[in-house]
Amino acid sequence: MESLEALKSTAIEAIERAETPGELEQLRVDYLGKKGSLTGLLKTLGGLAADERPKAGALINAAKQELADRLNSKRATLEAAALNARLEAERIDVTLPGRAVDFGGLHPITKTIERVEDFFAGMGFEVVEGPEIEDDYHNFEALNIPAHHPARAMHDTFYIDDTHVLRTHTSGVQVRTMEARQPPLRIICPGRVYRCDSDLTHSPMFHQIEGLLVDDRSSFADLKGLLEGFMQAFFEQDDLAVRFRPSYFPFTEPSAEVDIQCVKCRGEGCRVCSHTGWLEVLGCGMVNPKVFEMSGIDTEKFTGFAFGLGVERLAMLRYGIGDLRLNFDNDLRFLSQFR
Amino acid sequence: MIISEQWLREWIDPPLSTDELAAQLTMAGLEVDAVTPVAGEFSGVVVAEIVAAEQHPDADKLRVCEVNTGDDTVQIVCGAPNAVVGLKAPLAKVGAVLPGNFKIKKAKLRGAESQGMLCAAAELTLSDESDGLLELPADAPVGVDLRQYLGLDDVTLELGLTPNRADCLGVMGVARDVAALNGLSFDRSQGANVEPVSDRVLPIEAPASEGCPRYLGRVIEDVDPTAETPLYITERLRRVGLRAIDPVVDITNYVMLELGQPLHAFDLDSISGGIVVREARTDETLTLLDGSDVSLLPGTLVIADHEGPLALAGIMGGKASGVTAATRSIFLESAFFAPHVLAGRARQYGLHTDASHRFERGVDWQLQHRAMERATQLLLEVTGGKPGPVVEVVSTGDLPQQPALTLRTARIERVLGLPMSQERSQAILEGLGFAVTPGGSDSLHCVGPSWRFDMAQEVDLIEELARVQGYNQLPVSQIQAELRINPAPEAEKSIRTLRRGLVARGFQEAITFSFIAADQQALFAPGVEAIKIRNPISSELSEMRSSLLPGLALALAHNLKRQNGRLRLFETGSRFLMAEPFQEQRMLGLALMGSRASENWTEQSTRVDFFDMKGEVEQLLACSGGSVGFERAEQPGLHDGQTARVMLDGRDVGVLGTIHPQAAAKLDLPPHTVLAELELEAVLSGRVPAFEDISRFPETRRDIAVVVGRDVPAAALTQAVAEVAGPDLADLRLFDVYTGEGVAVDKKSVALGLTFRNNSRTLDDEETSVIITQVVDYLKEKFEAELRA
Repeated sequence: MESLEALKSTAIEAIERAETPGELEQLRVDYLGKKGSLTGLLKTLGGLAADERPKAGALINAAKQELADRLNSKRATLEAAALNARLEAERIDVTLPGRAVDFGGLHPITKTIERVEDFFAGMGFEVVEGPEIEDDYHNFEALNIPAHHPARAMHDTFYIDDTHVLRTHTSGVQVRTMEARQPPLRIICPGRVYRCDSDLTHSPMFHQIEGLLVDDRSSFADLKGLLEGFMQAFFEQDDLAVRFRPSYFPFTEPSAEVDIQCVKCRGEGCRVCSHTGWLEVLGCGMVNPKVFEMSGIDTEKFTGFAFGLGVERLAMLRYGIGDLRLNFDNDLRFLSQFR
Repeated sequence: MIISEQWLREWIDPPLSTDELAAQLTMAGLEVDAVTPVAGEFSGVVVAEIVAAEQHPDADKLRVCEVNTGDDTVQIVCGAPNAVVGLKAPLAKVGAVLPGNFKIKKAKLRGAESQGMLCAAAELTLSDESDGLLELPADAPVGVDLRQYLGLDDVTLELGLTPNRADCLGVMGVARDVAALNGLSFDRSQGANVEPVSDRVLPIEAPASEGCPRYLGRVIEDVDPTAETPLYITERLRRVGLRAIDPVVDITNYVMLELGQPLHAFDLDSISGGIVVREARTDETLTLLDGSDVSLLPGTLVIADHEGPLALAGIMGGKASGVTAATRSIFLESAFFAPHVLAGRARQYGLHTDASHRFERGVDWQLQHRAMERATQLLLEVTGGKPGPVVEVVSTGDLPQQPALTLRTARIERVLGLPMSQERSQAILEGLGFAVTPGGSDSLHCVGPSWRFDMAQEVDLIEELARVQGYNQLPVSQIQAELRINPAPEAEKSIRTLRRGLVARGFQEAITFSFIAADQQALFAPGVEAIKIRNPISSELSEMRSSLLPGLALALAHNLKRQNGRLRLFETGSRFLMAEPFQEQRMLGLALMGSRASENWTEQSTRVDFFDMKGEVEQLLACSGGSVGFERAEQPGLHDGQTARVMLDGRDVGVLGTIHPQAAAKLDLPPHTVLAELELEAVLSGRVPAFEDISRFPETRRDIAVVVGRDVPAAALTQAVAEVAGPDLADLRLFDVYTGEGVAVDKKSVALGLTFRNNSRTLDDEETSVIITQVVDYLKEKFEAELRA
């Protein structure tokens, strides 16, 4: 049994000295493997007296167990050290910039249209679109603007031929909708519109959103409530003052221009509002019964209102864009600001 | 329309400050666009008289004047050529402050002392004229402050009138509205008529009675050709932006501004026979007052004499019959021309005059007598003369008729949301000049006044009620509606989803003009007949785009010029195709330029090419629910060897390609610019997902590399594999294309990975090998493919 003690202490020493998991494995094979030294000792038990065997066997097994434990523990130590070394070796500079596909972005006009659509969608309005090359009837006649009506001078119209124009507003879509469907109607019509005018504050192409509500109960008071609520929501200003002024559009009666308190100076007067404290933001009114008649809607049974707003104007006020033309230059330095 | 506040207050003087008055007008629909002082700020300027003037001893152009200031006589050195004895002119005394905070001090000019400055109109910002001193009338009271004398503490109100408010194109009309708004009474009487002192008349016929239902004419003989327009008239004309011309014209203009009735004065001696208001005949011509020659168009209403046309009715007079310095007798016209006949006429001649502006919108058809009398009275005061009787030709049946409208009390509330008593409605409408009679307990019968041309239906009356009540006094409520679920087909992607997806893939949205230049159009679609705009804003924006690509290419170029060489752009919008009717197709345009990834430290930058764009297109169409294909194609503007048509279920839905080197050079774009344009409808098509069972059995993959001819399209290979590999082929990837060493020059090696899977069992090696052998044999047969070792 002295040899067992000697064997064990040699083995323990070897385990402590081992530096790699490979060496440990070799030691395990050498001592505990099928042909290992301790396993070999067990085989010698047969040569002992029968009454000595259990005791000797127990000693050998205890030694085996001890070595196995020491091997495992040493392995765990070595593995932990190896892992730590690896982690250290794999250390990176986490402050280096990341690798990614950069997000693009939406155009501020689209962003604005989507916001407006969302407000009205929440009120049950449906988005409807229509042609940009519009016939004279839908752009003018059906909106109570006959040929030579002075109101046509308010629309600097691009003509394609004798009977077609580039739509000067999206109202034609409303007419088409009224022709095709009966009330109740709640629609908004966003899109490109065109006027033959180009300077600092006019673009020959711009965007409008027009809305139309027709039903058997709505009044000018509802129009006021809707647009006031919309303006306050759009500019995220609960106390934004909104005022309605009489105006004239052939397709609405009564007609109104809507001003909001200047969102820049809050009504104090500044360059943006030409020192008036007010900003003209949209036109609206109760649908003229003549327009209903032309589209086949019963003027006694139904009333309705329509409104039209300029998207560029809203976007520019909202985001503080100073120059209308930036909207169509598509300069990345401009576009990327609206991500 | 510009009016002077002073002038307005002569008519009606509500207890309001200037700002309050302007705000009231604005809130009543007569928008005040600007309030402008009629003169700059100055003080210490008085009416003075030059009592002596001598040549300055040391300066040719200067005169030394003795000037009476009212309390004193002072010496003034002056360079104005009209500084002569007897002239009354404004004098800025020592201590005066002129516009621009210019202080007047004692000064010596070439040795002569000057105790102040005699002023020209421009120095007082009364006009742009600076040639000489402002000449004041001989009866101007010396010593009186000039501001007081000229009434310069006045502002002009610039009204942005809507086309329906022609009734406010005169001071009287605005005053009438102000009276109604403030509940003040308004004197509608017209004053005394001028008694004729001669019986001279000119015969008048108006066969064109539809266009001219009422024509008044009066002869005034022996007017004084040397008369001058009084200062109060020229000053008022100046304030509203009209130049004084001669007394007769000034007075007709003055009456027009005051009452809203355009008038015209003819030189009586130039009229032959009498006046005929008729339509122009073919081949007639006329030289207008502004000197231009016009060929008269059929349908044009003219004022003619027995020889030919004298004037464009309601638009502009003729030169030959106009009033000149030599005119001794005039024929004064005050007429009503029907708006529907005059509408658009002036524009046919490229004209827009104060008269046409008013007649097209509608002049009060009861105003002609009053205007005639007012003008006559002023003319007699200024030019003297012998007025004849007024001759009137009227076709009553052709005069406008105000419809009798019924205003239902209930309807007011329905439209405005505001209940209004019958008494209140009646009071408002009567204040505005309506004839109102109660029509029972729940309605009123209303007839509009002759100056309103926008009173055709009940709701027009309701608008007037709202206007006078004040829109801001009307109630506010929230809409109440029946809510319904709207359909939303799941197989249609929303454009928002598309945009968000593109943004996530690094695309920036652009919005380019729908109209482009012909040469840009030609670059991408030569020979295609484009839809042209008749009146484009410029040749750069003259044709409707038949493709989104030119606009996107220009946007790339714009950025490249500004050191932005890496761009991923998209645009959604219509393209316009010539067809009957015009065709509009919603498209998605894509453009890539520059390096594939934004500059970074982890990988070398590589430039985008065709396959970057193709990958984007494949991704966009991946969920379309249809089969997507690409076919080699050629298209103008794109590279002949790097362009493909995009097919969806066998239908051509778009194109993608590298820009053609020539197009790139023309647009200053790099050659590695890739463009694509797809039908939006195709991109937005989708499908409702239908679940397929997931196999519980493992899949197995085999890779093969085959050598085929260089021209064999990859798609043909993969299609052939798919045909023969059978139903267990779960995935097929082309993962390598190799040319070079080990492969013949006219060949390429293509590596394919085939993944097999069966839903009900595990495929064994043997059966997979059998399929692979079949695939290889088929490729051999079809493309002479060799299995690469």
